Amino acid sequence: MDTISSFIDSLQLLSLTPPGWGGNLLRGLLHSLQIALGGYSLGLLIGILGACGKLYAGAFVKDSLACYTTLVRAVPELILILLFYYAGTDLLNQLMLLIGRDPVDVDGLIAGIFVIGLVQGAYATEVIRGAILAVPKGQIEAARAYGFSFWQTLRRVTLPAMLPYAIPGLANLWLIATKDTALLAVVGFSELTLETKQAAGSTKHYMLFYCAAGALYLIVTIISNQLIQRIERWSRRGFADGRSI
Amino acid sequence: MITPKSFWSPHRLLLAAIGSAIIISCAVFMRWDWIPDYYEIILAGIWRTIWLLVASVVLGFALALPIGLAQAAGPKPLAILARQFCNIIRGTPLLLQLWLLYYGLGSVFSTIPEIRGSAMWPYLRQAWPYALLCLTLSFAAYEGEVMRGAFLGVPKGELEAGRAFGFSEMQLFRKIWLPRAIQRALPTLGGEVVLQLKATPLVATITMIDAYGAFSKVRQDIFLTYEPLLLLALIYMMIAGLLVVLFRYLENRTPSS
Repeated sequence: MDTISSFIDSLQLLSLTPPGWGGNLLRGLLHSLQIALGGYSLGLLIGILGACGKLYAGAFVKDSLACYTTLVRAVPELILILLFYYAGTDLLNQLMLLIGRDPVDVDGLIAGIFVIGLVQGAYATEVIRGAILAVPKGQIEAARAYGFSFWQTLRRVTLPAMLPYAIPGLANLWLIATKDTALLAVVGFSELTLETKQAAGSTKHYMLFYCAAGALYLIVTIISNQLIQRIERWSRRGFADGRSI
Repeated sequence: MITPKSFWSPHRLLLAAIGSAIIISCAVFMRWDWIPDYYEIILAGIWRTIWLLVASVVLGFALALPIGLAQAAGPKPLAILARQFCNIIRGTPLLLQLWLLYYGLGSVFSTIPEIRGSAMWPYLRQAWPYALLCLTLSFAAYEGEVMRGAFLGVPKGELEAGRAFGFSEMQLFRKIWLPRAIQRALPTLGGEVVLQLKATPLVATITMIDAYGAFSKVRQDIFLTYEPLLLLALIYMMIAGLLVVLFRYLENRTPSS
């Protein structure tokens, strides 16, 4: 009985208002989601441009992009985050100095989005490149035959047609993005994992808070999986039933 | 195959020139005089990273086989259990798991007198058992998912042929099902091991001095930001490259279907 009542007492630490730490955890979760969403969007943008560059651009762009994707995918995310974080803020301040402004304090949120986006971009480039290659050639040739320009073909045919092939890979990248935000705890950005560490450290209830944070991450994953299933079904509309890709 | 002549086309020469200019300017304009003072710590750190990688991959793969098998062919309760294990590990960040085990489990252990008095306690006070356990479980979950697909992907006809030859279920598993599944999983296994390598620096956050931890110490000692990080990135790239070459060799050695 004693352990049960002390467990219920410790559960009160999760309440949303101080002295509970629940509010801090939820604020951390919000920051994590903001960074994941922003970084993922930036990664998608880089991915689409990178895939087009790898497939259609000149040899120089192709090889530079190959260097980018290979380097980013071979170095641990933690080191990339530190490198981009310091190098990014340094470069920005040098730039500010150059145009005669005072150095700025870079907002953690923006830096996090930028860093996660650069890492995600390398993976998204490969996913989207593979998906574009899987689109039957005839569809793209048909668009050309109708006199579509390059951009029209991309917008109206290639990108929509590659979506069903890209969605499994892109969905995986979204789940990785939500988990990669935890790495920003190491550079001191107060997202969910760091908030949890602080809450656990000051109350000494380590198990409680880490399990609570794990549950929050799991909820995000489960909801994401539900949404992904819907998006996958939507992207395959028009495909013959039961056809596997 | 790319012939040497077409490989060194003008734009590649330009790229190579830019690349070597960057490397040379890094070597000349940055400070590298700290390397002789620290190379012992760095080598010990790299050794610890490789050791942790190999141990967690071997143990994790051994654990992944039953997890994959339970999901592919096990009784329902076992299959659900294995599935939930994979979902939970794959659905939460590794950093959180690591801190949960080290700070959470560690703090629970220290309140139980039986554990404090046991022969295991000197080990349980160190960081490496938690790091190894966490990385092993993570690898087992990701690889278990791969093995599930690999077990299910072995053509039914091969198993039926084995049965027709009078193999017992155990023989069938050992001589046909398992080797064929591993062969199917090998291409993804190489990628997973590289991903595992990239996960190892997280153990530095629980006070284990691996390659990343050694370089963190260098950075704190001499107040340099970029040089140690760049060298560290180069080291991880070289290890990753070696792993890719090793797995390509293994893949070429195993006969493909």
